[in-house]
Amino acid sequence: MTFLQTLATRTFYALILLLAVLVLNFSMMHLAPGDVADTIAQSMGGADAEVLAQIRTDYGLDQPFLVQLGRYIGNVLQFDLGYSFFYNQPVTDLILSRLPATLLLAITAQLLALVVGVILGVYSARHPKGIASYFVTFLALFGYSAPVFWTGILLLIAFSLKIPLFPVAGMTDVTVEGGFWAHAADVARHMVLPVVTLSSIFLALYSRLSRATMMETLGSDYVRTAKAKGLSEREIVYKHALKNSLSPVITLAGLQFSAVISGAVLVETVFSWPGLGTLAFQSIIARDTPTILGILFFSALVVIVGNILTDLALRLVDPRVGR
Amino acid sequence: MAPLLKVENLRIELTTRKGVAPVIDDLSFELGAGESISFVGESGCGKSMTALGIMGLLPEKIGRIASGSITFNGEELTTASDKRMRDLRGNEISMIFQEPMTSLNPVYTVGEQIAEVLRAHQGLGRKAAWEQATELLDAVRIPNARGRVGDYPFQMSGGQRQRVMIAIALACKPRILIADEPTTALDVTVQAQIFDLLNDLRRQTGTAIIMITHDMGAVAEMAERMIVMYAGRNAEQGPVEQIIDHPRHPYTRGLISCVPHLMKVLTEERHTLTEVPGIVPSLSEFGRDQCLFASRCPQVTQQCLDKRPPEMAFADDQRSACWHAEDI
Amino acid sequence: MTDAPILPEREIEKARHPLAEAWEMFRRNHAAVAALIVLALIVLAAIFGPWIYPTDPFEMVWAPFSPPGADGFLLGTDYLGRDLMAALIHGARVSIVIGVAAALMSVLIGVTIGALAGFYRGWVEELLMRVTEFFQVLPTLLFSMVIVALFGASLPMITFAIGIVSWTAVARITRSEFLRIRQLEYVMASRASGTGNRKLMFSVILPNALPPIIVQAALMVGSAILFEAGLSFLGLTDPNVVSWGQVIGSNRQYILDASFTVTIPGVAIFVTVLAISLVGDGLNDALNPKLRQR
Repeated sequence: MTFLQTLATRTFYALILLLAVLVLNFSMMHLAPGDVADTIAQSMGGADAEVLAQIRTDYGLDQPFLVQLGRYIGNVLQFDLGYSFFYNQPVTDLILSRLPATLLLAITAQLLALVVGVILGVYSARHPKGIASYFVTFLALFGYSAPVFWTGILLLIAFSLKIPLFPVAGMTDVTVEGGFWAHAADVARHMVLPVVTLSSIFLALYSRLSRATMMETLGSDYVRTAKAKGLSEREIVYKHALKNSLSPVITLAGLQFSAVISGAVLVETVFSWPGLGTLAFQSIIARDTPTILGILFFSALVVIVGNILTDLALRLVDPRVGR
Repeated sequence: MAPLLKVENLRIELTTRKGVAPVIDDLSFELGAGESISFVGESGCGKSMTALGIMGLLPEKIGRIASGSITFNGEELTTASDKRMRDLRGNEISMIFQEPMTSLNPVYTVGEQIAEVLRAHQGLGRKAAWEQATELLDAVRIPNARGRVGDYPFQMSGGQRQRVMIAIALACKPRILIADEPTTALDVTVQAQIFDLLNDLRRQTGTAIIMITHDMGAVAEMAERMIVMYAGRNAEQGPVEQIIDHPRHPYTRGLISCVPHLMKVLTEERHTLTEVPGIVPSLSEFGRDQCLFASRCPQVTQQCLDKRPPEMAFADDQRSACWHAEDI
Repeated sequence: MTDAPILPEREIEKARHPLAEAWEMFRRNHAAVAALIVLALIVLAAIFGPWIYPTDPFEMVWAPFSPPGADGFLLGTDYLGRDLMAALIHGARVSIVIGVAAALMSVLIGVTIGALAGFYRGWVEELLMRVTEFFQVLPTLLFSMVIVALFGASLPMITFAIGIVSWTAVARITRSEFLRIRQLEYVMASRASGTGNRKLMFSVILPNALPPIIVQAALMVGSAILFEAGLSFLGLTDPNVVSWGQVIGSNRQYILDASFTVTIPGVAIFVTVLAISLVGDGLNDALNPKLRQR
């Protein structure tokens, strides 16, 4: 299959998946006790049965399930995910204003975990009895076992309260003045702790896997061939072994997008990072159903796009993929 | 004239869980320029270890050259620096392996894998190296070389991949090519083609070939001299025809009788000795002061079990390490 | 010469019960054995703790933020002056019960879906794998947050919310094991001799597919505990039951005054999950036949 064909097939499947997410969203909303009318009535400070019935007719809530579902999907196709009565904003606008912060956090954390994980993995594969190898083992156990919100709070206590290196919360400091670079530096300072916290889970996964695959490739026949060619140690490790070790790591990273979003919810809550995670947390407390479901839809979209990008990255690393 | 490669009293030790075992024990041989020599024996007899020892590629921390010497063109290799060995490998001495399916890197084009040796040893630029890689692919008789030089290994058959391996090995016109069971993993018809190719290339380039095999038929086709190895030791060596006509070690005779068309006269023996019964002893027995073939030998005597047989010289530079060599 | 029967070493090993052999392998992993002991202590504390330490974790018993060890409270008191030790002991129940129940649920779903997909192939496999893919696309924590938020934060609902999002890994493992095993000789032979599909699946293939599933199930308990901790940290938990994550969530505003109210329950979660994952490692050594041959 050509590149474009693959992309087209993947996009087609992605659309079906998104449609399924919408059906699930709507069914859950339908099944849950209480409906939009109740919410509106609540925000009006209570309403009698007559008013409730009127609202239900206005919003089409008295129509059959399938009709309502059809209308919901039709609305989403026009980028309309409903209205948040809590924030007094269309859900789509609300989510789009928060999405960049989450993407910035999630992508930086993934990249950091990948780069450091692969470096650690390669190094400890070459020195299996070295200190880096023990560090990877320790990291793997810690990353799996420590609740990420707890890790975040520990880092907060250590590097923000006891040693005030980084800000306690938020993404920007309103008192910072200056141009683009001053603001970028400010955001970077705010990002350090959340990014390190979020990447700790994935760093553990990636370093362990890349150590294992690297050890396997270093013992492979083609690495022996590379040695018999008289290539330098650097070429053997970084050209011949590393490129082959990357595809399992990239595949694993692709599977983690959903976990990254989940982790981001907790990390954002700990550090009051103004992204989708804190939005989800706040709208759940506020029982703001349209916003919650909108976030679920958008994060599924992010995961799907992430998966497609992973596939494309795999094709770059391994020529066998997709042929 | 001094030989191109001279191996003297070589001893290679492997560290295993059960201790240290001599996988190569007191091996000596010589290889002249342009000569073709074969190592024969069952798997586990140390043939590949000899090759890796010459290449300086013994498994790290597990294998080491304990004593003896390997001289290439008058230069001692056992004490040469890593840097010097890298310069020699793939340049003056190259090697091809048994498994063409896994010996090429799956994520680089075959052209890149050939060109990379040329860049490393001959200082060629990208373009010149690629151009020469195409020519080499043509030289190893891959049809439409220009069209295939950008292919990945998974787009080629086993025979074609082994040809690519040969192209890589011969890229820098080495003085010695070590071929470790180059055709074992291939179809019989492809085997014959690879042998033809190796023979032709040797004639054209004057590269000496060390071929490692367990197949007496391949030896007869490829080599001028042969070394029969058993359990890390030299059992018998000499000119191929001489040994096939008149083997002076029971193990050699067993190996020859496995390949019927080699036997000029089909004797009665044919029927009883279609294979060498038994298996190669385990590594822990390798160092013992006895004939290690004794447990499988039809002519075993007490002497074989008591003391390791020395090498005895015969006419035409044939040497055999058997107490009964003269009687056979 | 002795009278003992002369058997090669290998055959003596084979003659032993497979469980005994698995235990032998497990025992060689010292970390796993130590973890098993720790885990047993935690489970005992969860079962009998409330009788031995009957202090109500919701009752204000002392001044807030009393540090550990002071005033007779081993682990101190939280922002409302409640006994932290009581919270840890009573909270262990919730963590372990939900962890085990949610893991069981996801193993049940995962094995069923994976087994059907790997056994029947064709459109069944295609459909089930698409369903699995669908569940992989939904961010797990967010999805269960939505379920709990919409349908109420009762313990059974929390268990369901965790179980329904966590089964995809089990399904993938089960399917690949079934795909591998279904074409082995003894399955072919069994099929050729007319064994029915259901019997083939559950009596012939499934027992052989179990080792990696068991290891995964053990790890699932650990991640379900982490999952529950995350939900209750966010406040999505039954307000009438104390749990470790909830203690961290409700005290986190006060870390400047008393960081121990957050660090200590976190250590409890960490140690429990660490013990489970080490036991999982040990199970892997014990049950993985590839390792055993070495």
